[in-house]
Amino acid sequence: MKKVLSGNSAAAYGSMLVRAEVISAYPITPQTKIVEKIADLIANGEFKTEFVKVESEHSAMAAAVSASLVGARTFTATSAQGLLLMHEILHWASASRTPIVMVNINRGLAPPWSVWADQTDSIAQRDTGWMQFYCESCQEVLDTMIQLYKVAEDKDVLLPAMLSEDAFLLSHTSEIVDIPDQEKVDDFLGTFDPEYKLDVNRPMSFGSLSMPHQYYYEFRYKIAEAMENAKNKIIEVERDFEKVFGRSYGGFLDLYRCDGADIVLVAAGSMSSTIRIAVDEMRDKGHKVGLARLRVFRPFPVEEFKKLAKDVKIIGVLDRSFCFGYEGAFFTEIKSALYNMDDRPLVKGYVVGIGGRDVTLDVIFEIIDDCMKTTDTKEESFKWIGLKG
Amino acid sequence: MPDDHEINYNSYKELPPSPIATGSSLVFKTGGWRTMRPIIDLEKCKKCGICWKYCPDVSIIIVEDLPKVDLDYCKGCGICANECPFDAIVMVEEESI
Amino acid sequence: MIEIRFHGRGGQGAVIGAEILAEAAFLEGKFVQAFPYFGVERRGAPVTAYTRIDDSPIRLRTNIYTPDHVVVLDPTLLEIIDVTEGLKENGWVIVNSHKAPGDIDVGSHRVAVVNATSIARKYGLGSVSAPIVNTSILGAVSKATGVVSIDMLTSSIRNRVPSKVEENVQAAKDAYNSILVDQNAR
Repeated sequence: MKKVLSGNSAAAYGSMLVRAEVISAYPITPQTKIVEKIADLIANGEFKTEFVKVESEHSAMAAAVSASLVGARTFTATSAQGLLLMHEILHWASASRTPIVMVNINRGLAPPWSVWADQTDSIAQRDTGWMQFYCESCQEVLDTMIQLYKVAEDKDVLLPAMLSEDAFLLSHTSEIVDIPDQEKVDDFLGTFDPEYKLDVNRPMSFGSLSMPHQYYYEFRYKIAEAMENAKNKIIEVERDFEKVFGRSYGGFLDLYRCDGADIVLVAAGSMSSTIRIAVDEMRDKGHKVGLARLRVFRPFPVEEFKKLAKDVKIIGVLDRSFCFGYEGAFFTEIKSALYNMDDRPLVKGYVVGIGGRDVTLDVIFEIIDDCMKTTDTKEESFKWIGLKG
Repeated sequence: MPDDHEINYNSYKELPPSPIATGSSLVFKTGGWRTMRPIIDLEKCKKCGICWKYCPDVSIIIVEDLPKVDLDYCKGCGICANECPFDAIVMVEEESI
Repeated sequence: MIEIRFHGRGGQGAVIGAEILAEAAFLEGKFVQAFPYFGVERRGAPVTAYTRIDDSPIRLRTNIYTPDHVVVLDPTLLEIIDVTEGLKENGWVIVNSHKAPGDIDVGSHRVAVVNATSIARKYGLGSVSAPIVNTSILGAVSKATGVVSIDMLTSSIRNRVPSKVEENVQAAKDAYNSILVDQNAR
């Protein structure tokens, strides 16, 4: 059934469609509407779930970990400062191997206060052992939520997953969303029944002490291994999802008009839609430009980037975040992925859209122009685009 | 995953996905950490249950209304002796028993 | 593509108004997008909201800089904001006001006026001091611009408004029928 929904409402409907059994969340702009919509759905009897009211995001994630350990399908949502407060428990969630799915609304960090789009909050959680997905449309938010439970709950994965959507540009943007049939989602997902769970009839202790000579090291290796396993599972789930629901998002890298492209822009999140328009305009003028939308940041799609890089002359990477003291995270990691290639393309980095600064067509054309003007392919560059002079 | 006996793995491949132990408290009898042992004078005991309530290791067991020390798990911390309002519990060196 | 910008104050319903308009166009088979822009989510603070309507899927995810039409939910905003900034040449400025259209200064743009505040009060929408004028002024938007029909607008209002549904529908119809247009406009 098609409805006009915001990214926040899409996430709320997503939690209902996957039949999340426990939801613990603390409201924060611009995520608040997710919590409000879930409350509406519970109040009008559409959604049967256990909503745990908590006093902070730290507690929200702690409750989510516990619920998931009991074997409940668990959902939560947050943004920016809230995500940072969760940081400690994000590690608990991944190392406890609890397949929690969380929607994070990408928002700028204070000070100065900003409630607008900025991906620094989720990039700062890169090393927590969570899978990270970035969405481009409200439809993709809803569909990816369904996919993520399927990936996260797989017995060879069992890792939590974060779905990021840009503040306001998706969270508060209403557009047409096709809500899939409940029966189809039920068939696709099945139920969550982990082999190890908190059960009074089969007592176990979780998260106990491990000495250096015991198994801590091996448990960390197993998380690394699970991330590798997730790579295949993400592709498999994407393929199965397309068969059932008729929509797909390209898996790790959503390639748009990259065939024969000399210049490929890489971006994540809502700005990708606008970039598609710029790519079409450039192609109409005969310029071989394409877009590779980075959909999954963890596990990082190294092989996909290597494949893409084979026939491309320049990769222009747009980061809506910045790692102070170095450069944009996507830029750094893409260069790292390509380092051992014999004939690698030039990779150029651009910071855009920080704190919700509008990523307009003009901004994108400026970046494409900068890539096109590059003649020295040994040159590397990194720029903040559109700083007020 | 082994049940109810000491947990030992030969390879990381045998490990559960996360640090999980079954029956670990049945295996690890922490009474072995004890140097002092609580002795309960049942003549003085008023069956108030304060020792049972305060024991952090659930090592005071009530048997037919009377407290009994579970020596498999009692670490000898002395909290029961400190809390007993009737001085019915004294701590005695293990060595002297 | 048609782009519409709403100017209001927190609590007047500009954000929901942009969504109701989008849903009405969706019901007519169009592709739509609606989104807000505000500093603080507080009653009284100036708020901007936007609606995009097109025959094909909308990929542009930027602010709207050159709207086709502008909707002003609060006449006091005319004094503090240039509501016509970037407005296309033939665009409508639809203002909630008790004044005559000729008394509203928006340069050479076409002006339509509706007394949405009195209509909202008549139907008990919001409170007397803070009436919710979005559904009323949308009736005027439908009449002046024709971007959506009044029938689809009322369907959308019925889908979206949480309470006083028929009062909101009637308010939109009243506004549709009581809109005043500047006869001297080009």
